[in-house]
Amino acid sequence: MTKFTQILAGLLAMAVAGGAIAAGADMGATQQQATNWTAIVMFAIFVGGTLYITKWAASKTKSAADFYTGGGGITGFQNGLAIAGDYMSAASFLGISGLVFANGFDGLIFSIGWLVGWPVITFLMAERLRNLGKFTFADVASYRFSQTPVRVFAASASLVIVAFYMIAQMVGAGQLIKVLFGLEYMYAEILVGSVMMMYVLFGGMTATTWVQIIKACMLLGGATFMAVSVLLQFGFSPEALFTKAVEVHSKKDAIMGPGALIKDPISAISVGMALMFGTAGLPHILMRFFTVPNAKEARKSVAWATTWIGYFYILTFIIGFGAITNLVTNPSEFYVGGEIAKGLKGGGNMAAVHLSKAVGGDLFLGFISAVAFATILAVVAGLTLSGASAVSHDLYASVFNKGCTSEQELRVSKITTVLLGVLAVVLGIAFEKENVAYMVMLAFVIACSSNFPVLFMSVLWKNCTTRGAVVGGFVGLASAVILTIGSASVWEAVMHNPKGSAWFPYNSAAIFSMTAAFVTIWLVSILDNSAQAKKERALYPSQQLRSETGLGASGASGH
Amino acid sequence: MQDTLDRVTANPKFHEFIAMRSRYSIIMAIISAAAYYGFILLVAYNKEFLATKLGAGMTTSVGVPLGVAVIVFTIILTWIYVRRANTEFDATNEAIIKEAQK
Repeated sequence: MTKFTQILAGLLAMAVAGGAIAAGADMGATQQQATNWTAIVMFAIFVGGTLYITKWAASKTKSAADFYTGGGGITGFQNGLAIAGDYMSAASFLGISGLVFANGFDGLIFSIGWLVGWPVITFLMAERLRNLGKFTFADVASYRFSQTPVRVFAASASLVIVAFYMIAQMVGAGQLIKVLFGLEYMYAEILVGSVMMMYVLFGGMTATTWVQIIKACMLLGGATFMAVSVLLQFGFSPEALFTKAVEVHSKKDAIMGPGALIKDPISAISVGMALMFGTAGLPHILMRFFTVPNAKEARKSVAWATTWIGYFYILTFIIGFGAITNLVTNPSEFYVGGEIAKGLKGGGNMAAVHLSKAVGGDLFLGFISAVAFATILAVVAGLTLSGASAVSHDLYASVFNKGCTSEQELRVSKITTVLLGVLAVVLGIAFEKENVAYMVMLAFVIACSSNFPVLFMSVLWKNCTTRGAVVGGFVGLASAVILTIGSASVWEAVMHNPKGSAWFPYNSAAIFSMTAAFVTIWLVSILDNSAQAKKERALYPSQQLRSETGLGASGASGH
Repeated sequence: MQDTLDRVTANPKFHEFIAMRSRYSIIMAIISAAAYYGFILLVAYNKEFLATKLGAGMTTSVGVPLGVAVIVFTIILTWIYVRRANTEFDATNEAIIKEAQK
């Protein structure tokens, strides 16, 4: 473990040096705020604590199974919190409260969308995933199919999803560190990249799980404090809060009803589909179902995750309205140049952060800033772990070197973790000036059009074949990407084509790309009369037996 | 092991059980999707209704409690399913497996 301690010491020295340089650096950089030492110290405590846990986790991470699933001994309640930690990104905390701050009711529409994927997972996927899988969701999708094509598909789709999700997180980290800590963009990339690599590399799933749990508790605790403080100002009367908000908000009563966020019904349904079914196709979420010992705990995990995430979104709605009543009434403190017309200091996503100062002073501001940054770190760690397992388990151990030892597989996952960490930093820096707002949504669209249909059909439809699953999955993946490129958020906002020239008129491709995937899987499967297809259909009853009863399911691996 | 598997597969109670449970989970999935899409369709087609005030002189609109209700309903629905699956369904499942292991 001396290697671990050395790296830790080096990293801390680097962080301190970084802070010192930044404190004396040119503060004229765009948007960069004064160095916030309270936030930096609190974040350092979080990193120190979690790295200490990583050291403990490292002593328990010996086999590939430990690395992927933490030995399979995590309880449903713990896993529920960890899933919530994986899912509640900085984008949903700052983004949704910022959206409520700007538009009121519209923010609630998004919150609900982010939640409704969970019942789908609970009712249709959770126990079947746990019963059929071992380390990755591809174990489930390829259960009765020929391994190579399904694994190659699953790994490609997962890596594409992880890449888009990760770029959005890394760019977000860089933008946030400027505003929250007053440090430069570059420090965020190196800090997130290296600390995250330490978690995953040394502590695998055990460390990642505990980082998620701690982060989820901090985020839920901080958000609860803010929401209660806001309600306290209004004698716990939401009506009084809304009345005051309408009185001071520039849009007046319009904030109490749906606005321009959702333009046409097709977009509304399409965005809804991406959120509802995309969640059930995110590799880093699906992977969490293999950390619990059995189907019972897998179900409990989702029930707890749904509870915490739902609770969190209700809080963000209150926080958004609280930000309206607290910030708009005090422009000199929270607005650029003290003028509302110039916008919030640090941008529209800073509503929750400013509110934390308004209700809890500088110390609480430091806490919330540290939590917001820790949130990104934890999400990136979860993404990296799932990306590494896609490469080492699905590509290396199942395609390129079948029959390799657990040690070899573990070594490949660690090498991949380092490569992904470096890639995340490089991409984060490369995309600094780019508009990445569409990327998280794109990740959801791809997930609901590739991983989800393949998983769903392979588990629940007897006649599904390898050919159908792989062709359909790739059709979904390609159409999701192509249609998104044609939509206004990429064609105009990113590629700088003239306004109105986008050839795909809707907000989200999901309704078309997901349908394309399902139809292709169905069509190619029923037309598939090969000997292999017959063999695969004949295997369905035994797969069904295992997925429904748990007979033969891989137990708490490593125990 | 193979004997157990064969006997479970041969047991009509097993097929009845998984058919019943699948039906239940699909109905639950449809209910939760209906609640969500019902809300989304209101947003798409009847914005005025969601902006209607709860009562005369009030600021709170119909949409706010309705939206929060969709969130709470989703959570409750999830727990109802998990409760039933973790007690009743698991007990039936175990009984079928035990019967086959005799």
